Amino acid sequence: MAKQKTVLFACGTGIATSTVVAHAVEDAMKERGIRFNSRQCKATEVAGQIDDVDLVVTTTQLPKDLGKPVITTLAFLTGIGKADALDKIEAALRD
Amino acid sequence: MAQALMNYLDPGAIVLGLKAATDQDVIRILADRLESLGYIKPSFAEAVIAREARLPTGLPLGGKNNVAVPHTDPVHVLKPGLALATLVDPVPFSNMEDADEKLEVKVVFLMALNDKDMQIEMLQEIAGTIQSPEVIAALIASKSVEDVSRLLG
Repeated sequence: MAKQKTVLFACGTGIATSTVVAHAVEDAMKERGIRFNSRQCKATEVAGQIDDVDLVVTTTQLPKDLGKPVITTLAFLTGIGKADALDKIEAALRD
Repeated sequence: MAQALMNYLDPGAIVLGLKAATDQDVIRILADRLESLGYIKPSFAEAVIAREARLPTGLPLGGKNNVAVPHTDPVHVLKPGLALATLVDPVPFSNMEDADEKLEVKVVFLMALNDKDMQIEMLQEIAGTIQSPEVIAALIASKSVEDVSRLLG
């Protein structure tokens, strides 16, 4: 089995919003049979935490050129575009 | 879907049909309510306004009924609580995922947070609530705290 990938969830303060998003993504990926390691941080800390990360999911703007795939989405708060965001995350984790 | 937001909302901090010109006005009016009810310190409102400028909290719902969830650091909070305003005319808030984009906001949840677990629960309840366009429309149409309580209780 391939090594589990690591997803970094970012939001303004790295506490509430990123936790809500991480829970939603974990539940949805479990249904799709995908497991991953999950970590959270502030938007301003992403650049320093990116090395061992395979995918960043953020609710707020991040610096460009982080060198890793970034999905910026509010879908897990607003419900809008959720299926599309989950498909993108799944694709990145199966990649 | 369970709408347990009333567990967090103080009836004394629900302002329906508010007429406000700016996001700052809305934040100050709701913060006044939370302060007089003993939830927050006097420093709260300005701290929220400063955070909103750096890390905006507008959430686009795909239409004209957008929502904002302003909040700030626990140091300005005495006990966790939630205030709600519905606006007669929409007020611009910046989009959480793109600070350059202004959203027309009709519903504002001002969160007073100093407990990590409750913060997550509260935000989860808000997310669950705003994911239903029917509930948001009914919230905007609510005329009394009793209406809100039935809807979110």
